[in-house]
Amino acid sequence: MKTILLSGCEAAAEGAIAAGCRFYAGYPITPQNRFPEYMSRRMPECGGVFLQAESELAAINMVFGAAVTGARALTSSSSPGISLMQEGISYLAGCELPAVVININRGGPGLGDVTPSQSDYFQSTRGGGHGDYRTIVLAPWSVQEIYDFTYSAFDLADRYRNPVLILSDGMVAQLLEPVKLKGKSKKTIAPQWALTGCRGRKPHSIKSLFLTPGVLETHNWKLARKYERIEKREVRWETYYTEKMDLLIVSFGVCARIAKEAVEQARKEGLRVGLFRPVTLWPFPYKQLESCMKQVSKVLVIELSLGQMIEDVRMVAGEKLRLFFYGRPGGGIPTPEEILKEVRKK
Amino acid sequence: MKPVFTRPRSLTENVMIYCPGCGHGIIHRLVAELIDELAVREKTIGIAPVGCAVLAYDYWNFDVTEAAHGRAPAVATGIKRVLPDRFVFTYQGDGDLAAIGTAEIVHAAARGENISVVFVNNAVYGMTKGQMAPTTPLGWKTTTTPKGREPALHGYPIRVCELLSSLDGVCYLERVAADSVAGIMKVKKALRQSFLCQLENKGFSLVEVLAACPTNWKMNPAQAMKWIGEEMVKYFPPGIYKKTW
Repeated sequence: MKTILLSGCEAAAEGAIAAGCRFYAGYPITPQNRFPEYMSRRMPECGGVFLQAESELAAINMVFGAAVTGARALTSSSSPGISLMQEGISYLAGCELPAVVININRGGPGLGDVTPSQSDYFQSTRGGGHGDYRTIVLAPWSVQEIYDFTYSAFDLADRYRNPVLILSDGMVAQLLEPVKLKGKSKKTIAPQWALTGCRGRKPHSIKSLFLTPGVLETHNWKLARKYERIEKREVRWETYYTEKMDLLIVSFGVCARIAKEAVEQARKEGLRVGLFRPVTLWPFPYKQLESCMKQVSKVLVIELSLGQMIEDVRMVAGEKLRLFFYGRPGGGIPTPEEILKEVRKK
Repeated sequence: MKPVFTRPRSLTENVMIYCPGCGHGIIHRLVAELIDELAVREKTIGIAPVGCAVLAYDYWNFDVTEAAHGRAPAVATGIKRVLPDRFVFTYQGDGDLAAIGTAEIVHAAARGENISVVFVNNAVYGMTKGQMAPTTPLGWKTTTTPKGREPALHGYPIRVCELLSSLDGVCYLERVAADSVAGIMKVKKALRQSFLCQLENKGFSLVEVLAACPTNWKMNPAQAMKWIGEEMVKYFPPGIYKKTW
């Protein structure tokens, strides 16, 4: 297994290729432009399709088309572009098609700025588009993780026939870090439900329209049972220094990585601080967080936003717990020292 | 006894829910006949639109997917790029193709995607009960142009074939009118050209079919057919707008 130096965008692209993805469609938007640029070279190199779409709307629908054929398909964008893709993501979910979407989150609302942010948490974890649906959301904090998570995202997407989101940010996307690569690229075959032409079988159709009364309700309940299975099996989280704590920090993605440094420093100073890091943002690790919070009376939620994940934390926090928030919206990034200062105050 | 008229293999036995005199039933059948005649049913993937023909997958007896409103050319692009040896076509109405999906059709054409597009222009939003379409002629009354379409208020109708004809990626463009037996035979001939264009890997092609919507035109089917040939063709002249092979 080779270890090479890659940026976050490049690593995610390589993770996808290793997973057998041979279809990428995207549209330029900062801070993920390296993605389409890199894919425009790599996809043809490995016999895949690269498409620069006319918009994010077209990009996600090209991915929809590829997914219809059972191919492993990927798109990437950043917040305003991801907003445009919500229509397509809702259709993917409704049609139960697998696909992987990478959001390199930038500051908003509106055009916002191009610096790292976590302000798309609500959009990512609550479905994002119209209708009753969920997408699996993975939040990497390093270049190695964006590689690994993108790789496994395709298996999750196929297993549940559901879109999977990687929610990252401009910092992870542009960091250069060593990445341990997987071996040979996976070989995939089109699943039975795919549209490939009806040779030797009955014709298939793929749709999310169910006009007969009651049929959509049945379809929605079927999706609900799938989401329950995902909630049961796919929750991922990590904890650091969570023995003998007074204060628990809850943070995800790159913000958690900065917080971990602050926690290490705080421990050196004798402060009893731990870190809980949700790795899947949906399904959210409610139970795991709840049991971790039992040890403490104070919880500090840190996000690169005005506070969105804090609502999930609050759901399991209970009344006795004192919940604090430290946020840097609009592209602000805290230093470990800044977080340490907050820790000392609590 | 030799049967002289049978259901094409590419049509299912489902009863079409279209209104009397609607153009969709005719055009669905022509598509199915051609797919049979060209022997491509087992390698066909169709893309159904949003609009009156949204249920096309219930009527065609081959693989069909839905697409979000206007996005069929992008979906077709994804399918065709993964499976270049399959026969891929979109079936779209005027609202789908010339309003909400303008960007997608223009860019699929500009890229020269090797797909066929069946564009049904009936000058009105049929499924939502008769609002102004991007192809509604001037003066025409709809539920959103109660006093008739006025340029100052509603702009001008879009001529899709003329618009796309400037694009180098386009291989074949023809406008035909499904207004009579002779007209319908011409529709089939044009569609055959388009389908062959793709099967011979020549690139993007589109056939615009002027079709009747008697219900929303508030006419009987015979009047509607007549109106296509007498009025609609004045703004949308039939003909071949591009042929590069």
